[in-house]
Amino acid sequence: MSAPTTPAAGTGTATDGTADGPAAPMVDVRAVHKSFGSLEVLKGVDLEVRAGEVTVILGPSGSGKSTLLRTINHLEKVDQGWISVDGSLVGYRRSGDKLYELREREILKQRTRIGFVFQNFNLFPHLTVLDNIVEAPVSALKRSRKDVTEAARRLLDRVGLADKADAYPKQLSGGQQQRVAIARALALEPRLLLFDEPTSALDPELVGEVLDVIKDLAHQGTTMIVVTHEIGFAREVADTVVFMDDGRIVEQGAPGDVLDAPKHERTRAFLSKVL
Amino acid sequence: MSSHTLTKVAAPEDAVPSRIVPRRRTGQWTAAGLVLILLGLAVNSVARNEAFQWDVVGDYFTSASVLRGLGLTLWLTGLVMALGFALGALLAAGRLSGNPVLRAVSWGYVWLFRSMPILVQLLFWFNIGALYPTLFGVKTVNLLGPVTVAIIGLTLHEAAYAAEVVRGGILSVDRGQIEAAEALGLSRWRRWWKIVLPQAMRSIVPPAGNMLIGTLKGTSIISVIAVQDLLYSVQLVYHRTYQVIPLLMVATLWYIIVTSVLSVGQYYVERHYGRGSERAR
Ligand SMILES: Nc1ncnc2c1ncn2[C@@H]1O[C@H](COP(=O)(O)OP(=O)(O)O)[C@@H](O)[C@H]1O
Ligand SMILES: [Mg+2]
Repeated sequence: MSAPTTPAAGTGTATDGTADGPAAPMVDVRAVHKSFGSLEVLKGVDLEVRAGEVTVILGPSGSGKSTLLRTINHLEKVDQGWISVDGSLVGYRRSGDKLYELREREILKQRTRIGFVFQNFNLFPHLTVLDNIVEAPVSALKRSRKDVTEAARRLLDRVGLADKADAYPKQLSGGQQQRVAIARALALEPRLLLFDEPTSALDPELVGEVLDVIKDLAHQGTTMIVVTHEIGFAREVADTVVFMDDGRIVEQGAPGDVLDAPKHERTRAFLSKVL
Repeated sequence: MSSHTLTKVAAPEDAVPSRIVPRRRTGQWTAAGLVLILLGLAVNSVARNEAFQWDVVGDYFTSASVLRGLGLTLWLTGLVMALGFALGALLAAGRLSGNPVLRAVSWGYVWLFRSMPILVQLLFWFNIGALYPTLFGVKTVNLLGPVTVAIIGLTLHEAAYAAEVVRGGILSVDRGQIEAAEALGLSRWRRWWKIVLPQAMRSIVPPAGNMLIGTLKGTSIISVIAVQDLLYSVQLVYHRTYQVIPLLMVATLWYIIVTSVLSVGQYYVERHYGRGSERAR
C-alpha cells in the first residue's frame, strides 16, 4: 500500500489543527483508490474540505460519488491512499510507513463523529422516531437516556417534527423520514455530515423541506459533503462544487466557476443534461 | 356493461343517491349454510356414537398419569424449541459468516440433520452405547437415559430447521439497516440485538410458530423409546384396558387445547414484532 505523507503519525488522534497557522482541512482525502473486484471505482481521488464549509459533489450515476462518501466513514475500505477527518486517519493507524487497520471498536468510535444521511433514509422501522434518534447516543456514546431524550426532542423541533416523536417511520412521508434521519445523525453531534443524494428518493414536492433543513445546517457552519443532483441547492449553499466522472474528480471550484463556466467538456455535458 | 344498467345508474344529475345497496351474495350464503349443516351432522355423529365412550374420556382426561404425560410433553417441547433455536441461531450465524470453514460446517450440519428421519436419529442415539460403550468414564447407557436421548435427538433435528428459519429471517432484513447502524457507531452486538433480530423476527415468528406446534405433536414420536409423554401415557392405559379410541381422544383433545393456546400466543407475538410495519396496523 502506498501511503503518502499522513498528517497525524502515531496514534492518529486529533492534532490541534486550528492553532498553527492555516487550519488543517476537516476532511483530507489523498490519492484514494478503490476497486470492487476488477472494477476500479475510485481512480486516485484528492479532496480537501475545510471546517465549516459545504462541498457539493456532482457527477453522473456510477461515477463513484457514493463510494467516495462511504470511504470517508470507512463503510468501504480504501485500497490505496488515505483519508483523515478532523486530524485522525479514518480506519487506520500509522506506524512507520505502514497503515494498520483499526479495531472495529475504534472505527465505530470514529464513525460517531461523522454523520451519514442515506438516500433511502434507512430509519429503523421497528423503533419510534424518538427511539431512532436516541439509540446511538445512548448505546454508542453511553450518554444518559434522559439527557439524550431531551436533546432528541430539541432536534425534532429543529427539523420541524416535534409532534412526531412517537410515530413510527412508516407513518411519515418521505420528506419527514429524511428529516428524522438528519436529526438522528445530528444527535451524535458529529464534526462532519455526509449526505448521499438525500432528496433523490423523494417526491418532487417534498424535496424543498429537506433541502431547507440542510441549508439551515450549512448556515450554522456545519461541515458537510453533499452528493446531490440539485444544482440550485449547490449554487446557493456550496462553498465548493466538485464534479466527478469515472472515478476521478474532473473539476472543482467555487459554484460560480464550475456551474457557470465549466472548463471541462465532461462537466459541460453533464450540466447540460441536469440543468 | 349493458345499456340496462347504465339507464338505471343515470339518475337525474342533481339527485345525490341516498344510500349504497351492496350486491346480494346468495351463493355465499348457500355455501355457508351447507357447510354448517354438514358440520352439525359430523359433530352429532361423533358426540352420539357410543363407541367414542365419552364417559371414559372424561374419566381419564385429568387422570394423574395423563397429566404427568402432558407435563412431560410440554416441558420437552419448550426445552427442545429453546435449545433448537439457540443452536439454530448459531448455525445461521455460521452460514452467514465470512469464514468459509464455519459456512461449510453449518451447511453440512443442516444437510445431514434434515436428511435423517427423526425416528432413525432417535434410535441411533438410543443405541449409541453400541458405538461408544463408555463416555467420560461412565457407562453410556447410564449417561444417556431415554429422556436425555429424546432431548438430544429432537434438539439436533429442530436446530437444522431453526437454522434455515433464522437465516431466512436475517436475510429478509434490508442491508441498509445494518449500514445505518454501522454508520451510527453501534457495536456489532447492538446491531444484531437491537436492529437486525427484531426485524428478522417478523419473518421468523410465523414459521417458528408452525415449528413449535409441529414439535409439540412431533414429540409423540419418542414413545418408541418408551419416554412417558402424553401419547405414551394414554397408550399405557389402553394396553391395559383396551379402550383405544377414548384414550386416543384424551390425547387428541389435549393436543388440540395446547395448540389453540399456542396459536393465540403466536398472534400476539406476531403483533408485537409487526409494530411499525404498515400491515400490522
Ligand atoms: N458494493 C459494491 N460491489 C460492487 N460494485 C459496486 C459496489 N458499490 C458500487 N459499485 C459499483 O461502483 C460504481 C460506482 O458506484 P457509486 O459509487 O454508487 O456511484 P454513484 O454514487 O456516483 O452513482 C458503479 O459501477 C457501481 O455499480
Ligand atoms: Mg450514489
